[in-house]
Amino acid sequence: MARITMREAISQALWEEMEKDPKVFILGEEVGVWGGTYAVTKGFYDHFGGDRVRDTPIAETAIIGGAIGAALTGLRPVAELMTINFAFSAFDHIVNQAAKMHYMFNGQMVLPMVIRAVGGGGRQLGATHSQTPDAIFAHFPGLKVVAPGTPADAKGLLKAAIRSDDPVMFIEHATLYQMRGEVPDGDYVVPIGKSTVQRPGRDITLVTYSKMLEVSLKAADQLAKDGIDVEIVDLRSLRPLDMDPVVESFKKTNRAVIVEEGWKSYGVGSEVAARLYEQAFDYADAPIKRIAQTEVPLPYNRALEQSALPNVDTVIAGVKEVLNG
Amino acid sequence: MDKSEHLKLYQEMVVIRRLEEKSAELYQQGKIGGFLHLYIGQEAVSTGLISVRRPEDRVITAYRDHGVAINCGLSAREVLAELLGKATGCSGGKGGSMHLADVNKNFWGGHAIVGAHLPIATGLALGDQYSGNKAVTLCMFGDGATNIGYFHEAINMSKVWNLPVLWVCENNQYGMGTAVDRASAVSEISQKASGYGMPAERVDGMDLMAVRAKAAEMIEKIRSGSGPMMLEILTYRFRGHSMGDPERYRKADEVHHWQENDPIGIYRKYILDQGIATSAELDFQDDEAEAVVADAVAFAEASPDPAPEELYTHVYVEE
Repeated sequence: MARITMREAISQALWEEMEKDPKVFILGEEVGVWGGTYAVTKGFYDHFGGDRVRDTPIAETAIIGGAIGAALTGLRPVAELMTINFAFSAFDHIVNQAAKMHYMFNGQMVLPMVIRAVGGGGRQLGATHSQTPDAIFAHFPGLKVVAPGTPADAKGLLKAAIRSDDPVMFIEHATLYQMRGEVPDGDYVVPIGKSTVQRPGRDITLVTYSKMLEVSLKAADQLAKDGIDVEIVDLRSLRPLDMDPVVESFKKTNRAVIVEEGWKSYGVGSEVAARLYEQAFDYADAPIKRIAQTEVPLPYNRALEQSALPNVDTVIAGVKEVLNG
Repeated sequence: MDKSEHLKLYQEMVVIRRLEEKSAELYQQGKIGGFLHLYIGQEAVSTGLISVRRPEDRVITAYRDHGVAINCGLSAREVLAELLGKATGCSGGKGGSMHLADVNKNFWGGHAIVGAHLPIATGLALGDQYSGNKAVTLCMFGDGATNIGYFHEAINMSKVWNLPVLWVCENNQYGMGTAVDRASAVSEISQKASGYGMPAERVDGMDLMAVRAKAAEMIEKIRSGSGPMMLEILTYRFRGHSMGDPERYRKADEVHHWQENDPIGIYRKYILDQGIATSAELDFQDDEAEAVVADAVAFAEASPDPAPEELYTHVYVEE
């Protein structure tokens, strides 16, 4: 067990899987000579060489389409999109090709591929480079979508994603790369499609994932000072979505708040709330609340941008509203 | 090629022609749903091209894929069964006309989004290069696909990485109802390769022997490490784009002119002129082709629909 950053955890998972399996290779913009825009693949090019750490043109459809084709031949490509905002340029290949080929050709085609994509707001990158569109990708059957909120989960889920025979979107959050946490050494794998309780509590269920886990944990610490005992369930995977720990927690606390960074409309919170009502309506003591990004394209100005994103204060206010409502 | 090979290729072309005619009938009877894009008129393109590939060479194409499937060795039975949506179809009835495939015969589909399979072809070739396989990927697409971004991203990357791909443009003169010169800045599609420093050739796609000769030469160059090349094959579809095509965009005279250059007739004449086989022997092949298609129709019609639970299979490898 070592205390390392999210960046190091992701890097470790990639490195170990590449050492273990020669079929695993990386392709993407600036992954090689540059060392990765977020330095995740620093040192990889020198160690593994340019065939396994392939710098690509700025051509997202060729990156994802290329990964699909290579996966069809039995390789295990890890395609990196410099940011998830560029996934829209490759949208057809992600949702119309990768997500459907196994089904459409009746199981003949197998696509063991990972798409690593970093997203999230809060860095003054303007509206086009600050999105959290995770829910969009989770909409499509055939894709698996994971988004870790701790370094340990990042390592374990990425290893699971690389070993999976299905196409997996692995969504990272740019402001979490420096986050530190305990990460098991060696071959640590977290199964895809398993939610987990990150903080036990009695009074209210907070459902979240990725960056908003960090925000929710901080809010829970402050709420504890007011005697409010929050239970936090981390989804970790958006598809398949594991509702069991969420429902179990809700049946205990009878109140829930869902916190996500993306927009509220048609989002993760909408999905989780609907499923809670479907599966545990009789247990609800208050309406379920969704906390999400204000429904505007994110502005550049720091204060304006911050005011549009969920934060510790909005989470605290939301929890109190549900408890007192 | 010896006599038996000529007769085999001739029969393949006739099987495709009869299969497509039969499909049109079954479509009009409501037995085939969705879209149906016929290959009639273009038979010499894929028959010539695929006849010179090696088993390890991968083939991938667009949605006008019935003929390509036959040339790759899929049976008329499993092709027609797929068109009828039956469990015995090559894609289990879940793909339909535009999504035929058999990866064991190195036929990687039938792809329905114009141009989207080109980047995938780049990836197939990358896989072979990475693994040290001496295989060439044959990627077929229409003239219309050369105007979409996928085309440019894919062929650029294939050249940058020196990948073993033959880019085969089936120029049938129209992208749906829009003539090449109304949609493409250059009407000689092969010129587009020069922007990527890629060698390119043009060949008459109504002449099977010409297609074969040119394709064989290019495939073997690519196999020996030349890097990707482009082959533009000039052809014409005798029927509409799909079954619902009013054909307002072209004149009957033009269609008749091309029909006089029927690729099956041209090949038949070649075989006769060269003294390879007699008229009676070719008639026998025609009868055989009829029988193959009649058998396929009977098989497909008698086949069961997919079981209801098949709705849920193959969404994921690992559920």
